[in-house]
Amino acid sequence: MDLLVVENITKTFAKHRALNDVSINVPEGSIYGLLGPNGAGKTTLIRIINQITGPDSGKVLLNGEPLQPKHIANIGYLPEERGLYKKMKVGEQAMYLAMLKGLSKKEAKDQLKIWFKKFDIAPWWDKKVEELSKGMAQKVQFIVTILHKPKLLIFDEPFSGFDPVNQEILKAEILDLRDQGATVIFSTHNMSSVEEICDHIALINKSKKILEGSVSEIRDTYKKGTYELEYDGNEVELSKFLPINFEIISKQKIIKGHKAIIKLPSPTYSNELLSTMMEHTHIRLFKEIIPSMNEIFIDKVTQD
Amino acid sequence: MNKIWLVIQREYLTRVQKKSFIIMSILGPVLMAALMIVPVYLAKMSDEVKVVGIVDESGFFTEAFDNSDKIKFETMRMDINSAKEAYETMNYDMVLYIPEPSYTYPTRIFIYSNKEPGMLVENYVRSSINNDLRTMRLKDAGVSNDVISAMKNKIDLKSISIDEQGLEEERSGTLNLILGFVLALSIYFFIFMYGTQVMRGVLEEKTSRIIEVIISSIKPFQLMMGKIIGIAFVGLTQLLIWVILTAGIVTGVQSTFSTELDEIEKYQSQKTGQMIDPSDKVEVTKDYGKTAEFVSAILSIDFKVIIGSFLFYFLFGYLLYGALFAAVGSAVDNETDTQQFIMPITVPLIISIITIQSIANNPDGPLAFWFSMIPLTSPISMMVRIPYGVPYWELALSMFILILTFVLFTWFAGKIYRVGILMYGKKPSYKEIWKWIKYS
Repeated sequence: MDLLVVENITKTFAKHRALNDVSINVPEGSIYGLLGPNGAGKTTLIRIINQITGPDSGKVLLNGEPLQPKHIANIGYLPEERGLYKKMKVGEQAMYLAMLKGLSKKEAKDQLKIWFKKFDIAPWWDKKVEELSKGMAQKVQFIVTILHKPKLLIFDEPFSGFDPVNQEILKAEILDLRDQGATVIFSTHNMSSVEEICDHIALINKSKKILEGSVSEIRDTYKKGTYELEYDGNEVELSKFLPINFEIISKQKIIKGHKAIIKLPSPTYSNELLSTMMEHTHIRLFKEIIPSMNEIFIDKVTQD
Repeated sequence: MNKIWLVIQREYLTRVQKKSFIIMSILGPVLMAALMIVPVYLAKMSDEVKVVGIVDESGFFTEAFDNSDKIKFETMRMDINSAKEAYETMNYDMVLYIPEPSYTYPTRIFIYSNKEPGMLVENYVRSSINNDLRTMRLKDAGVSNDVISAMKNKIDLKSISIDEQGLEEERSGTLNLILGFVLALSIYFFIFMYGTQVMRGVLEEKTSRIIEVIISSIKPFQLMMGKIIGIAFVGLTQLLIWVILTAGIVTGVQSTFSTELDEIEKYQSQKTGQMIDPSDKVEVTKDYGKTAEFVSAILSIDFKVIIGSFLFYFLFGYLLYGALFAAVGSAVDNETDTQQFIMPITVPLIISIITIQSIANNPDGPLAFWFSMIPLTSPISMMVRIPYGVPYWELALSMFILILTFVLFTWFAGKIYRVGILMYGKKPSYKEIWKWIKYS
């Protein structure tokens, strides 16, 4: 079932069309990547989902219901432009933000104590925000985003500003939240993080959605039937042994052996390739070449 | 609703806990009390008696000068040149020289001293001599002594207001002027001080980039109103502290130094008496008469109406401008860019300050009427008029217009605010801001 359905959203600012007839479906329990170059309309879409701005036309359904103010409590949002009141104490500020999301004073305090301990920032409760390091401030922001246990979490470029250690902690927490039943929307142009944790994506470019689906399906769609083959020993005269409908795209000598990229007429020929090669040499590696999200992204965006 | 309350609380608590707020709250009344008490003390301290030596070549004025607490007159029996040389060694502060008149009476007199004689002495001497000259000329013209002394009686003007029931009450123009001026000025001051606080608060949320986090939990309009109302409470708190502390300090000082203050008061009324005309001083009852008049004037003021309307204009004037200041804060990225947009907001405020005097001169005239109806000037202009008494229908109409404009402006400001808080980068033009209002 889809937790979030966005149907035919259009939004125009003055003369600039930020979103043009965009629809996405975010399955419940998924980690959904919202990809696209800068200025594509990602943040506008996220702001519409958060009810910060309204669409000109189209609708958004959360759990099958059209968006209403009460849904604010079901969404946790960490914007790309995020900050805290510099002069306020860390604990007070976290309490304020948590209570704005609808938690009672007691709930907020109990939950915050647990999370502050978990993230090793408990001693900073009574310090002012301006005394925190950037990483610590980001931890506070992350905590208040997820504290009210929202069904839908929206992170806009969550990893920017985090050091690699904290990035890993954050990634683990996000996966953990997903396992506990939350649905996560990720907006990013960091493709490696998409491959690691997203299971669905939508690609938005120039205000339009140009691609949507599960990551594995998309990569399957964009693969070109090419295989990578590595073998030991002397070079084998490939063109002599292989059937003529097998296309040798490239070959090169590598340390202790050779490597070749071969295009097959269809995936069913992979066994034929292997059995032929086995007669002549020792195979070290054989794999299908699947395009990375990065390649697909660049490919689609430059084509568009 | 609950969320607005959270915002109000945060805005209020973070501000009243600030050191600057606490310092201002204590220092303000101390300064105000000092402003009332110190000059009086200083005036009293510096007042030693001035001794004036008189060289009267005309022979008319030997008896003309009555000694007062502050000025003593003694006739110097010598010519002016030796008087000029000797006055200091003889412990005179100055020499008053009345030369031999060329015709009947002198037309020019001189004061010689190494220091400034001061306004007090100059006025006293001038009016004493004028008085005497007038009497002498009248006598020369054959006017009898009875008529001359009768002429010294002055008219006593009392302004009495009659209300609809025909009840009569005395009122005091000066008191009304001072009261109106103080009230109007404090409204101006609070609108400016707390209006800019609203603007800074909005800017802070924008520059610290917390704004988007907050408006994902609460509507921008709610946030804006919460901020404006929270800061209004800060202003009211400050006002309350100031009123209580100032009253406390003044009464404290009064009870400790009550006798001295009595003297000061006496001295002050004398001084004013002297300034106007020394001959008034002869009427001893006059002083008591003045105090009684003052008390009755204070009692005649309708404090219920004044306090009520002060709080109303204080609050709604601030709310109206607060919304505008919030819109300005949202439209720009940093404080230097606010100047261009603050200008048109401050113009009506400054105009209403400039026109205070003209409105007080004619509190029922067209200028007073229209300025107390125009909502951008009415909080200040109406306060000037209220001590003089304003027809209830005018008051009600002015308040109604103010509330209506407040709602309208807040709605507009909310539209600008909603778009502005998420805009970063270049400073918008008025045209762009106008477009924001039209966004859905």
